Amino acid sequence: MISLSEYLILGALLFVISVAGIFINRKNLIVLLMCIELMLLAVNINFVAFSHFLGDVTGQVFVFFILTVAAAEAAIGLAILIVLFRNRRTIDVDDLDTMKG
Amino acid sequence: MEYNASTLLPLLPEIVLLSAIAVILIVDLFLDQAKRFFTYGLSLAALVATIAAVMASGSDHSQTLMYGAYVRDAMSDVLKISLLSVGIFAFVYARSYLLERGLFKGEFYILGMMAILGMMIMVSAAGFLSLYLGLELLALSLYALVAFDNKSKSGSEAAMKYFVLGALASGMLLYGISMIYGGTGMLDFAGVAKAVASGETDKTVLTFGLVFVLIGIAFKFGAVPFHMWAPDVYQGAPVVVTAFLGSVPKIAAFAMAMRILAQGLGGLGPDMGWEGWQGMLMILAVLSLALGNIVALVQDNIKRMLAYSTISHVGFIFLGLLAGAGKGYSSAMFYTIIYALTAVGGFGLLAILSRKGVEAEYIHDLKGLNQRSPWLALMMMLILFSMAGVPPTVGFFAKLFVLDALVNAGMLWLALVAVFFSVIGAYYYLRVVKAMYFDKPISQAAITAGTDARIAISLNGLAMLYYGIFPASLLTLCQAAIQSL
Repeated sequence: MISLSEYLILGALLFVISVAGIFINRKNLIVLLMCIELMLLAVNINFVAFSHFLGDVTGQVFVFFILTVAAAEAAIGLAILIVLFRNRRTIDVDDLDTMKG
Repeated sequence: MEYNASTLLPLLPEIVLLSAIAVILIVDLFLDQAKRFFTYGLSLAALVATIAAVMASGSDHSQTLMYGAYVRDAMSDVLKISLLSVGIFAFVYARSYLLERGLFKGEFYILGMMAILGMMIMVSAAGFLSLYLGLELLALSLYALVAFDNKSKSGSEAAMKYFVLGALASGMLLYGISMIYGGTGMLDFAGVAKAVASGETDKTVLTFGLVFVLIGIAFKFGAVPFHMWAPDVYQGAPVVVTAFLGSVPKIAAFAMAMRILAQGLGGLGPDMGWEGWQGMLMILAVLSLALGNIVALVQDNIKRMLAYSTISHVGFIFLGLLAGAGKGYSSAMFYTIIYALTAVGGFGLLAILSRKGVEAEYIHDLKGLNQRSPWLALMMMLILFSMAGVPPTVGFFAKLFVLDALVNAGMLWLALVAVFFSVIGAYYYLRVVKAMYFDKPISQAAITAGTDARIAISLNGLAMLYYGIFPASLLTLCQAAIQSL
């Protein structure tokens, strides 16, 4: 039987990987979008695990809403990415530096 | 619980706005560009109708609907009316600016109203689920709005930064919510508060969740050290979008902080053996006041300067929140509403001064404004004085109430820190006033803004004076709203 804390450790690991990915990745914006998805999935693991061990389904309902919103978020993120690429011909994170101060 | 039409009455404002959005979305499809002003008129009418619906369907006691997902109380009513009114100002400033740039499309108003609908849901959220959904509806609309000028390089860059950091903030908030859910087994604020008060919850899990939730809130507010998106987004977005996203969402963010921190986790305090959220908020507030005011001193770009000024005002709102029940919450609420009204005016004036192909965003663009248009210069001066906190404008009273609450709560040193940084902050507001009144204008080009925007900026500037002379008219509303929580 897998215990609650093991699920939570998995969720925390995925969360840390995704946050590290957002901050360390200096190359590609698409990797950044993937990190954002991973972060939401890490949260989902937490919710499902808590929901199962508390014997309460509302946590799993929350997960459905997070999945739906994540899909909408990915759509908007990719749309912005396309606008950005059309304007600048690059999707390098390092090139997003016209505004400073 | 039994459903019939009358149980849905408290939801009337949201229903009115959502139906109006759906109708306008379809009507806009069938209009050609010359008739686009029709969409504009309908959008304003929709917001006014929603205000009327809030007033008509209100009741004097708090009601919880939708199985504990939605609450209608005095605080939600006051905040909804304020955010709708500020939204109307932002919409009016946008019209001629968008028209001159070939951006006058229905999407601007539809996305704006969607964002307002999201904020209304946040304001009325009684649980984490509805709060999260309202927040995402707001955030997704704003991401699209920032990239609204899709030929603009800085606009798309700002949108990307806003998107990534906004999504990161949502992720942090959700991670915190999952921990709070794990600790209490509840997703509605009343249930969380009860579980916290019972003292049977796991302290580590809840504190862990609280930290992440607070990071999420700080990100949405733009408090230091989670402010890095604000200056770039404010600068990169079209100024009318900045006017919208720099003002109205602060009201919703305040509601989010109140619902989560005061209503849900209010029981987490030193007297219960907890490290409360007040200590963390204090660090964020002091850092925001310091960094916001000092970095704003060296900005030449007004949009960027106002972004740092926003960060410092967020510090003030946090100070009000941590002063707590009694005077603290109501002073923070008053400050937030007044700040939103002031900020929309400041950016609105920049939109009015912008002409086709020229974005008025540097301080030298405002030079000699008094010679070009004395009335607009006077309105801008009132708005800047209000931001700086010069009496008799309302900004002075907003700051005074927060400081009063702090002193009453026994946090004199925090009040002194706030005053110290406000004095530093006054310099960069007055620098703009000096440029308007004592410098020679660089260009003599006529100001092309429409009558609607001129009327709006006059109302907006005079509101600074009105609420400065009669602050009690709004303050009593705020106090009553907080007391009924």
